[in-house]
Amino acid sequence: MRILALLFALLTPLAALATGEEVVLGLSSDRVSITTSFDGSEILIFGAVKRETPIPEDPLEIIITVAGPSHPVTVRRKANRFGIWVNAEAVEVDAAPSFYAVATTSAWKDVLTDTEDLRHKISIGRAIRSVGAPMEIRDAPHFTEALIRIRRNADLYQMLEGKVALDEQTLFRTAIEMPADLTEGAYATRIFLTRHGKIINQYETTIDVRKVGLERLLFVMSRQQPVLYGLMSLAIAIIAGWGASAAFTMLRNR
Amino acid sequence: MQIYLPVAEASVSAFVLLGLGGLVGILSGMFGVGGGFLMTPLLFFIGIPPAVAVATEANQIVASSFSGVLAHFRRRTVDIKMGLVLQVGGLIGAALGVLVFNYLKSLGQVDLLVRLCYVVFLGVVGGLMFMESLQALRKARRAGGGPAPKRRQRTWIHSLPFKMRFRTSGLYISVIPPICVGILVGILAAIMGVGGGFIMVPAMIYILGMPTKVVVGTSLFQIILVTAFTTMLHATTNYTVDIVLAVLLLVGGVIGAQIGTQIGLRLKAEQLRILLALMVLVVCGKLAADLLLQPSELYSLGPAVGH
Repeated sequence: MRILALLFALLTPLAALATGEEVVLGLSSDRVSITTSFDGSEILIFGAVKRETPIPEDPLEIIITVAGPSHPVTVRRKANRFGIWVNAEAVEVDAAPSFYAVATTSAWKDVLTDTEDLRHKISIGRAIRSVGAPMEIRDAPHFTEALIRIRRNADLYQMLEGKVALDEQTLFRTAIEMPADLTEGAYATRIFLTRHGKIINQYETTIDVRKVGLERLLFVMSRQQPVLYGLMSLAIAIIAGWGASAAFTMLRNR
Repeated sequence: MQIYLPVAEASVSAFVLLGLGGLVGILSGMFGVGGGFLMTPLLFFIGIPPAVAVATEANQIVASSFSGVLAHFRRRTVDIKMGLVLQVGGLIGAALGVLVFNYLKSLGQVDLLVRLCYVVFLGVVGGLMFMESLQALRKARRAGGGPAPKRRQRTWIHSLPFKMRFRTSGLYISVIPPICVGILVGILAAIMGVGGGFIMVPAMIYILGMPTKVVVGTSLFQIILVTAFTTMLHATTNYTVDIVLAVLLLVGGVIGAQIGTQIGLRLKAEQLRILLALMVLVVCGKLAADLLLQPSELYSLGPAVGH
């Protein structure tokens, strides 16, 4: 990894002919394969800032986000009714990424202004889209907060302030831990360069998260050949049941 | 050793799954219950999505029940005829149950109803069984020695038409009560998402008057058919059967069922009943506590439902 990063460092000054500052990116891998022994994955994101002008005085900041596929989510809240705790109110969040990590070079307030965040939907709170709650629920923000809290506790949402290392205002890198319970799909990866909280350049790519091998085979079969899959499950169950019974009989008759 | 489950999309320890399967298998072999009412909450707890847990467990119960019932077949403690009659009622009941379930779902709050169902039924069944077996034990002790041969009472059940002889159970009764029991258990099983063994076993003992030794094997026999049907239903409509999860659970389960059957045969019928009653009451207490105590996280996430 270090060697690759160095290569970027050597190449960038030569290529820096365009005006302004630009992102050149590398990924430790552009796909995550989910195998039977999959237990989470660490993705190394690294790159360089390409520029022709001398490095400006003001500090450069970098924000890196990785977002899993978005789905609508229902957030329910329990309330005490007649002495028992039941799901009382529900708010539907229109789209929430199944995984979302934001890594920055410094504290959040120093790297991005609210206006830019609103425009590019970078912070966790903004990455979730909620159009509106039912009229009778006045504290809808609590529901989105709960969604973020639950997913943060599961490491599905990560706020990694100061976790992007930036050397010489040019080379940057970060490592993002992905938990084991990942959803399949294209994970959008964005890199933003900011100065004084304003975005000066951005770069986008995707990381492919896919099941492979036996995992893929079984998953596809369960969707495309459900009858066969069900019968196979039953056959395995019956053979296993019979096998254990036969084995125990043999053991006892010895 | 962590293992990734393709349909559940979660990574869990293989040893935990083997252990859980074994534990539930032992109970299944001992009491003739599928163990679904125990396994479902345990799987939720280790992070398997509820829909996958319910469906996969049905498949695992097929394995442990099959393993258990073979041991009972060898000892001739399965009343096949009674099992089939119960099954006829069971399938009718299951179909009715699914209708009721979908109707309640359209009203919302199906989750609460399922929980209340659990608490009420587990509480009533467990409580009755516990008191009855305690009395039986006390009586047996006072008599000093084996329990006195009980004379079977003639009740209204014996005056119904369509009588049939159930040789293994030593019964000559109308088929109407077993079919009704089957329907009732089928409805409850469909609503509560379990095989229904824990309701079926007491129903066989107290309503049909079957001997306890035969009850366990017959209940297992009937559970196999119900859960096989459920597995196919889930696999073809919801795609929620996780075969990797099922294999791990059933390896533990089938071994456990064999051990459980051996333990069950060595225990006296009354002791067996008291243990089952205690277990049912413990699960009931846990579920009741969940409803009554304030949960630490008031919010929960779920997939979006269409309006």
